Amino acid sequence: MKSGSNLERLLEKGEFVVTGELGPPKGTDVDVVKKKASMLKGNVDAVNITDNQTAIVRMSSIAAAKVLIDEGLEPNMQMVARDRNRIAMMSDLFGANALGIRNMLCLSGDHQTFGNHPEAKNVFDIDSIQMIYMVKTMRDEHKVICGDEIEGDFKMFIGAACNPFADPFRYRVHRLAKKVEAGVDFIQTQCIYDMKRFKEFMKQVVDMGLHEKCKILAGVTPLKSVGMARYMAANVSGIIIPEEMIARLKGAGKGNVATEGIKILCEQMQELKETEGIAGIHLMAIEWEHRVPEIMEMAGFLPRPKP
Amino acid sequence: MIVAERKPFSEILSMVEDYSRILVVGCGSCVTICMAGGEEEVKILSSQLRLAFKKNKKDIEVEEAMALRQCDDEYMNNPELINKVKKADIVISMACGIGVQHATAFFNRIITDKPIKIVPGLNTTFMGANLDVGVWEERCVGCGDCVLEKTGGICPITRCAKSLLNGPCGGSSNGKCEINKETDCAWHLIIERLEALGELDRIKPIEMYKDWRPSHDGGPRKIIREDMRI
Ligand code: SF4
Ligand code: SF4
Repeated sequence: MKSGSNLERLLEKGEFVVTGELGPPKGTDVDVVKKKASMLKGNVDAVNITDNQTAIVRMSSIAAAKVLIDEGLEPNMQMVARDRNRIAMMSDLFGANALGIRNMLCLSGDHQTFGNHPEAKNVFDIDSIQMIYMVKTMRDEHKVICGDEIEGDFKMFIGAACNPFADPFRYRVHRLAKKVEAGVDFIQTQCIYDMKRFKEFMKQVVDMGLHEKCKILAGVTPLKSVGMARYMAANVSGIIIPEEMIARLKGAGKGNVATEGIKILCEQMQELKETEGIAGIHLMAIEWEHRVPEIMEMAGFLPRPKP
Repeated sequence: MIVAERKPFSEILSMVEDYSRILVVGCGSCVTICMAGGEEEVKILSSQLRLAFKKNKKDIEVEEAMALRQCDDEYMNNPELINKVKKADIVISMACGIGVQHATAFFNRIITDKPIKIVPGLNTTFMGANLDVGVWEERCVGCGDCVLEKTGGICPITRCAKSLLNGPCGGSSNGKCEINKETDCAWHLIIERLEALGELDRIKPIEMYKDWRPSHDGGPRKIIREDMRI
């Protein structure tokens, strides 16, 4: 085992995994983390803890991940390249390891202009692909970047993101291949709505055999309202929402849109499970953690397998 | 070249209004070309200042001068310019930040009977190219270890908002960067250029961690060319 995490164990056993996501509070309120954790517990196999997502200051992903461990869940700690140089990254990774964190996601991070401190200086000392390679070196060679030995164990299941909906589309699979070459163990994709484009992408992935070299978890997010769908399609770069999907939501009529959104989501989850090369789902409920049990039940993904 | 922009008038005014003899010195190189600190701009700022002082009934003298390059002793070592600086209480340098600093060091070395105060009239913005009349865009941050041969002549460190060496990130959309729809995604451009050259394979291997020491992160940089010093 590379990390001994439940996520790794389940994937190795060939189980179809589901990871959830939890955004830490914009402050110190640990109860927010605990409350969200209680909704996810038993319903997903591991939980991503975002790292100051959209560049808005929040409780650190390491601290929130530790709270999650104490609550009996398994975290997948996100780490962005925006705010730390390689020194801080490796140091934080030691700390995370010491606290029992065994899964991580290497990300570039949203640019700080999106957040609540656009005046900040960014770091971007190393990028997400180099970060994967760095963590792999730490784990497999037991060395930090400069070659110095690491004192003590270092175990980590290394994840990264992939956005099949960003451009240029034809290059996307090659960027994934680079992450595989860097040593990624698992991938979580950006929210999928355009199933046609996603399947086209997965065909390329399977043709290149990348799904055999890393586990790919398909990212999904429920559409809560027509407004949200329109907003995301227009403003979040790298998200494509087909018009038919928005039309279907609209067609559900007042009061039924959220339910229809969940229905669409469950159908997607089913379809993704049958898609070649997909090893699991990454369910980003985004402040809808309370509906995760219902979604998982409806999609037929409960009970979760024992690691 | 170095591209700069003139500071807002109110800011310049607040720097100098407590002095009675002001000298505005332009620079004849980069900032003349980008129309921020050349002879014309020196004239404009000087008239603006005179007008403002006249309106406020202040008796302040505004002199004008030029140096071909404020970043080089050779072009400032001119008796007429030195005299004007001597007479002034404060100097507004219309050069880039390099010129302001170099002129400060130079005049304080040459003129020993009083300290010379030099303030910036421009905001030095970037090293860039002139794309069209009145349009300049950043092209290089002087990282000290050029990678353009691998990236089709498009700089990822400068032109990618995250300085990614293994881009593009997941925010690249329709050829534009995630930070705004007006900015090209550098990595989109790189991929297109390399495809056109038939060299896409160049970016297939992982580009390893960059050594930032030759860049500003290694501290202020200096070049000593021994071959030129003999
Ligand atoms: S790679 Fe470095 S030296 Fe070359 S253009 Fe970019 S910033 Fe300038
Ligand atoms: S969209 Fe392109 S230019 Fe902008 S940060 Fe991402 S890779 Fe860099």
